[in-house]
Amino acid sequence: MSESMAAGDGDPSSPGGARAAVVNDLSIQVATVNGSGSQSANTVLLRAIFQMGVPVSGKNLFPSNIAGLPTWYTLRASARGYVARKPEVDVLVAMNPETAREDVAGLAAGAAVVYDEPLGLSSLRTDLAFYPVPFDRLAGQVSSDARVKKLLRNMAYVGVLARLLEIELPEVERAIARQFAKKAKAAELNVAAARAGFEHAGQLRKQDPFTIRRLDLTRGKLIVDGNAACALGALFAGVTVVTWYPITPSSSLVESLTRYLQRTRVGEDGRATFAVVQAEDELAAMGMVIGAGWAGARAMTATSGPGLSLMAEFAGLGYFAEVPAVVFDVQRVGPSTGLPTRTSQGDVLSAALLSHGDTQHVLLLPAAVEECFTLGAQAFDLAERLQTPVFVLTDLDLGMNVWMSDPFPYPERPLDRGKVLSKEDLERLGGFARYRDVDGDGIAWRTLPGTDHPKAAYFTRGTGHDDEARYSERAEDWERNLLRLRRKLDTARGLVPPPVTDDRGAEVGIIAYGSSHHAVVEARDQLAEERGLATDYQRLRAYPFPEEVRAFVARHARVYVVEQNRDAQLATLLRGDLGPELAARVRPLARITGLPLDARTLTGAIGAAEEGR
Amino acid sequence: MADSTPAAPRANRLGLPLAEYRGGKSTLCAGCGHNAISERLVDAFYELGIPPERVVKLSGIGCSSKSPAYFLSRAHAFNALHGRMPSVATGALLANQGLTAVGVSGDGDTASIGVGQFVHLMRRNLPIVYVVEDNGVYGLTKGQFSATADVGSRAKSGAVNELPPIDTCALAVELGATFVARSFSGDKRQLSALLKAALAHRGTSMLDVLSPCVTFNDHEGSTKSFAYVKEHAEALEELSFVPAREDIAVEYAPGTSLDVELHDGSRLRLSKLEEGYDPRDRIRALTRLATAQQRGEVLTGLFYVNTGAPTLLDQLALVDAPLATLPERATRPSREVLETLLAELR
Ligand SMILES: Cc1ncc(C[n+]2csc(CCOP(=O)(O)OP(=O)(O)O)c2C)c(N)n1
Ligand code: SF4
Repeated sequence: MSESMAAGDGDPSSPGGARAAVVNDLSIQVATVNGSGSQSANTVLLRAIFQMGVPVSGKNLFPSNIAGLPTWYTLRASARGYVARKPEVDVLVAMNPETAREDVAGLAAGAAVVYDEPLGLSSLRTDLAFYPVPFDRLAGQVSSDARVKKLLRNMAYVGVLARLLEIELPEVERAIARQFAKKAKAAELNVAAARAGFEHAGQLRKQDPFTIRRLDLTRGKLIVDGNAACALGALFAGVTVVTWYPITPSSSLVESLTRYLQRTRVGEDGRATFAVVQAEDELAAMGMVIGAGWAGARAMTATSGPGLSLMAEFAGLGYFAEVPAVVFDVQRVGPSTGLPTRTSQGDVLSAALLSHGDTQHVLLLPAAVEECFTLGAQAFDLAERLQTPVFVLTDLDLGMNVWMSDPFPYPERPLDRGKVLSKEDLERLGGFARYRDVDGDGIAWRTLPGTDHPKAAYFTRGTGHDDEARYSERAEDWERNLLRLRRKLDTARGLVPPPVTDDRGAEVGIIAYGSSHHAVVEARDQLAEERGLATDYQRLRAYPFPEEVRAFVARHARVYVVEQNRDAQLATLLRGDLGPELAARVRPLARITGLPLDARTLTGAIGAAEEGR
Repeated sequence: MADSTPAAPRANRLGLPLAEYRGGKSTLCAGCGHNAISERLVDAFYELGIPPERVVKLSGIGCSSKSPAYFLSRAHAFNALHGRMPSVATGALLANQGLTAVGVSGDGDTASIGVGQFVHLMRRNLPIVYVVEDNGVYGLTKGQFSATADVGSRAKSGAVNELPPIDTCALAVELGATFVARSFSGDKRQLSALLKAALAHRGTSMLDVLSPCVTFNDHEGSTKSFAYVKEHAEALEELSFVPAREDIAVEYAPGTSLDVELHDGSRLRLSKLEEGYDPRDRIRALTRLATAQQRGEVLTGLFYVNTGAPTLLDQLALVDAPLATLPERATRPSREVLETLLAELR
């Protein structure tokens, strides 16, 4: 796919002479050092392309370290709107002496390299376009302060790229103004650095085919990371109690939420309609959520794998004592402390079954930032409706990288506070049985502590109880209660968001969820265009699986289940749900590298499997 | 209780008879100190006229933690996880700050598995009455030592404890709890006064109540047996609780007593047994607890009180109405707010 992918008229003339122009289909990789302050420059670059109407995505690949180790930022522009990671690098910006040679060695022929002149990379290969840039000198033209200069070097490469790739300089300047909205002096310096880069690049001879041209595909869209989107979801779900313990990659979720809450939910008298508490650890964070949910608050916490493990004990209590709770799990790579700054979908099984005994939880699986918002908000309704913990599983890629998105829709439906009996209800009814299934959906009625009626109180415990919440070890009570809890999970199947299905009668089906979705979208096109293989696709958005999932598997001879972990965790859950006959159709396609999944990997794997079947 | 004279049932200021403050029938061993504590709690809530529906009872795991079933049936209860009651109580009060919370824990629950949550509860100054029913052993798992067992004390199995005890009161004072006391389940008068004062205090009231386990820790060689505690208990001061609504009759000669005014206007009157002991002096409290520890003294009484510190809930500056029941219009920002926030992301 080295040919132009421009929507509409691709320009076949080639400024470098060697290859046909490649318009609006490229990936840029910036290699720097952790802590060197390249984040602003990379954001400006992404925004400038976005403002030109070209779909764009950006991913940070960073080490678990504060400063000093190599870090990469990859940016992908795609007229076809592909936002998954693309492993091939078209344009490398080599700023890090430690990795420069290796980074250059890894490029495919025809790629471009913008590099810091002293690194002297141009002699390394003859099949690349090299652009040496004296970054120190350019930054020095703008400021003599060593610290400022270090930062400006980054904005200078944005200017260089703007000239080389034909990114409009005014758009770069607009993006800088926005990035440094509250710091006029910094904005000024950065504009000067970008211009210096742009000017310098005028002396370079264009030798590569890559360009960006204005399109109109991003109008009205947002740029936001998944953690902020989840935070907004919680905000508009009317969250009232937030407890947490810091952990990468979930911390920024609560940090964003706290800022949003402080801006929107403090009255003129300075009083808040929310409480945010940083707990001493994840055990306590989850305990507070359970206490608050029991007492009627919309309560949540956010964590990642190691924190999830610590929450297991309370998750089981929440399930069994039937207490609403919302847990955002922004997945990183496990087992154990794993790769703290890398991405995976490795908590699916543990979250679904978190805690001992017959415990099962509701999972929501957003694939894009918009769903971080909508499913994030829906989690609160489901938790209260079902009186159980609900886990929203995102991941580092979705949570910490910025994505383009349509604006989030204002929630039209009123908050669902679930089955709660008021004092008036109790007066009418004369009393209630906390765990009696009066409606046949497995969900019993509850009262909130503080309800002013002598019959309101009940005794909550994690030990066996009868339907009036009295301690019981009777076999019938135990069995009836556990079967009712299963009935409740069946009710959940009909309440959780249904899968999104594209079923056009192909023989082969693909199932995926979460951020793997983006690679699947692209891989399906590749399979069709390159191999003539049509595929149907179902994207799951929740566990327990709604009925449509079984129907989809039943309709397809082979179903590839795509996910980012080693053990095919979702496929395992799915097989258990389907039973042996349909389970045989499930083909796990699990890949884990710590990097976001790319389409090539899937196209290769599915293509090979289909050939060899 | 059967009475020969058909007198009208006694009632408190809410018009509720004592029976409305009772709980279920205890399933703990007859004579267990925990039962006596439940009775004192029933009395305290009854006498103060606290509406039982406004109360939440929370506990961890252990014989002690079963006790919320044995008082105040009309109050919501949460028998949570071993050592994790503090976090659940914190969450419940965040959700509804109008609740009166009483937490019941054991010494194993508090000082071993739960010590992490305990210390953070103390430093947050959550408004809760936190009672440790302290018997020096794990009752429910049949007699292992807990972290409050004294050095040299002997278990029923004959094992001798070699590790120094954690003094939960010293720990609580050190960490910022604002009402810290120790009592004995068999000392009806002192325990009642302390419980009532604790309920009138706004902040964390930590009461370590020595509560002998008649089944696993009431033998010769135990320092938490009835006989031992009765023999060695030494009160720091004599206490009487003066409710806000009662006239204050002068019982003691001035200079020998100290009144501590609590948040609802009631007072804890301390008649000095120990010369010059002022429980408002935190450093003094710590030193006195340390000397008691050194001398092997079972010191009881109010060690420390601070009625001026803000609670966790004060610090959060919450609206008056419980967060739990705020209506949608108070908690879900408007469409315009969403538009504004999204505009910033464009
Ligand atoms: C996580 C966990 N570990 C262990 C236990 C077993 N367990 C139940 S009660 C208890 C000790 C309770 O001791 P204490 O708090 O002193 O209360 P007591 O029974 O003496 O009143 C233990 C270890 C448990 N329930 N949960
Ligand atoms: S075992 Fe000990 S602590 Fe438990 S109920 Fe019996 S006497 Fe009380």
